[in-house]
Amino acid sequence: MPKITFIEHNGTAHTVEAVAGQSVMRGAVDNNVPGIDADCGGECACATCHVYVDPAWQAKVGGRSETEETMLSFAAGTEDNSRLSCQITMTDALDGLVVRMPAGQH
Amino acid sequence: MNHVSMDTVRAARERAWNTPLAELVVADPQLFQDNAHWPFFERLRKEDPVHFCRESEFGPYWSITKYKDIMAVDTNHKVFSSLSTLGGISIRDQRADFPLPMFIAMDPPRHDEQRKVVSPIVAPGNLAILEHTIRERAQTIIDGLPRGEEFDWVDRVSIELTTQMLATLFDFPFHDRRKLTRWSDVTTTIAGPGGLVETEEQRQTELRECAAYFMNLWNERVNAPPRGDLVSMLAHGESTRNMTPQEFLGNLLLLIVGGNDTTRNSLTGGLYAFSQFPEQYQKLRANHDLLDSAIPEIIRWQTPLAHMRRTAMADAVVGGKQIKAGDKVIMWYVSGNRDEDMIENPNELVIDRARPRQHLSFGFGVHRCVGNRLAEMQLKIVWEEILKRDLDIEVLAEPDRVLSTFIKGYTKMPVRIRS
Repeated sequence: MPKITFIEHNGTAHTVEAVAGQSVMRGAVDNNVPGIDADCGGECACATCHVYVDPAWQAKVGGRSETEETMLSFAAGTEDNSRLSCQITMTDALDGLVVRMPAGQH
Repeated sequence: MNHVSMDTVRAARERAWNTPLAELVVADPQLFQDNAHWPFFERLRKEDPVHFCRESEFGPYWSITKYKDIMAVDTNHKVFSSLSTLGGISIRDQRADFPLPMFIAMDPPRHDEQRKVVSPIVAPGNLAILEHTIRERAQTIIDGLPRGEEFDWVDRVSIELTTQMLATLFDFPFHDRRKLTRWSDVTTTIAGPGGLVETEEQRQTELRECAAYFMNLWNERVNAPPRGDLVSMLAHGESTRNMTPQEFLGNLLLLIVGGNDTTRNSLTGGLYAFSQFPEQYQKLRANHDLLDSAIPEIIRWQTPLAHMRRTAMADAVVGGKQIKAGDKVIMWYVSGNRDEDMIENPNELVIDRARPRQHLSFGFGVHRCVGNRLAEMQLKIVWEEILKRDLDIEVLAEPDRVLSTFIKGYTKMPVRIRS
C-alpha cells in the first residue's frame, strides 16, 4: 500500500498507508489525520481538503482541473503547488508522497 | 404567541400524504412558520424526489429534495444560473423595478471576482484575529443575562451577538448596530399589512437609507488607507471599487443578511435542538471536545436557509426528470439535510456523528457560503462560554417561527436560566 506523509501547519507529520485508487483526501480522513475537513466528501465542491504538494512530487502528481482551479481560487493561501487532495488519486507511483496543510481550511 | 399545536402537525401530515402528487405545494410560507413542512419533503423524497409544481404563489418550479441531486445542481453552475436578472437565488423572483445586484446572484466570472474581494476577511488567518473580540463580546452578553427569570433568547442572545459581530466586521458605528438587524430583516421579509414593512415602497425607502448610511462610511474609507473591515475592502478592492450604487447596496445587503440571519437562527436552533434532545446536551457537558462535531451538526439540523434557487439555462436531466431551459429549480437544503440515504437518523440531533461536516447548509460549488468558518467560530465560542459557566437553560415554550420558505428561523423563544 502506497504511503502518504501529511505535515500539519504546526509541523507535526503523519505517515499513513493509503489505498491505491482512492484519493489522498481519503487517506487523511480514514486515518483521522487532522487538518483536512473535506466538507463535500470528495466532489471538488468546496476547498476544505486543500494541501501543498511537496515540490519534489509536483510533476508526478500533475495539475489541477478547471473546477479545482476555481474552487482553489476562493481558498485562503493558495500557492502554485496547491491542490485539493480529493482530486489526487493515489497510485503505487505516488508511494512516499509528501503534502503540507494550510493554517486552516476555508 | 404562535404555538404550533399537535393538531396542526397531524393535519399537515395527513395533507402531505393525501394530496395528489401533482397538486402538492411545499413552497408555502405558512407550512414553514407552522414547522409543518417536514412530512411534505418526506413524501417527495420517497415518491417523487425531483418534483414539478405547476402552480404556486411563486409560479411553477422544480423541487430537488435528495442530497445527491442537490449536490449535482449546486455544482453545475454552467447550466443552473444564479443570475439576478433571471430571478436570482430565492424562489421569489428578484424584482425588476428595484434590482439588487450582489455576487451571490451572479455567475462566473463576475461572481468569482467580487467574491475574492470579501473572502479574505473570513479566512482562517483573519478569524484568529477576530476570535478574541468575539469571545469578549459573547462573554459580556452571556454574563448580562438574567438568572431565574424569563427572557427572549432570540433578542437577547442570537440577535445581539450576530449584530455585534456584523458591526465589528463592517467597523460600523456600534451605537447604531441594530440598524443592521433592521435592514437584514427588511431585506428578507414579505411586505404586507401588519408585516415588518407594510409595502414594497416602504422596503425600498428603508433600503435607500441603508445605502445612504453606508455611502458615508464608504466615502470616509475610500479616502483613507485600506483597512481590514469590509467597507474598506470593498472601497479599495480592484473589482469592487467601481461598483454602481445599486451594486454596492446589493453586496452590502448580501453580507448583512449572510452574516446575520443564518448565524442568528443557528444560535437559537442549537438551544432549541438541545431542548429536544437533552441527552445530547448531557453528552456535550460531559465532554466539551465534542463541540467540534456538535457545531456542524447543529448547522445541519437547523439548516438556516431552507433553499437556494437556480434557473436552468439549458435542458438538463436531474434525478431522471427532464428540466427545460428557463425552468425555476429549487434546491431544498432543508430536505437534503434530512435525506435518509445520506444521513443516518437524519431527524435527530447526534453531536458525535462520523461525518458531521457533510451537510448542505452552506451549499456547495462556487456559491458555497463564504462565511462558513466565521459562523462556526461564533457558534463554538458561544457554546464554549455557556459550557464553561455550566448554565442550565430551560426552553419555556415552542419558539415562534419566521413566515418564509427561505429563511428558516425563529422570531422569539422564551427561556429561563435556572439560578
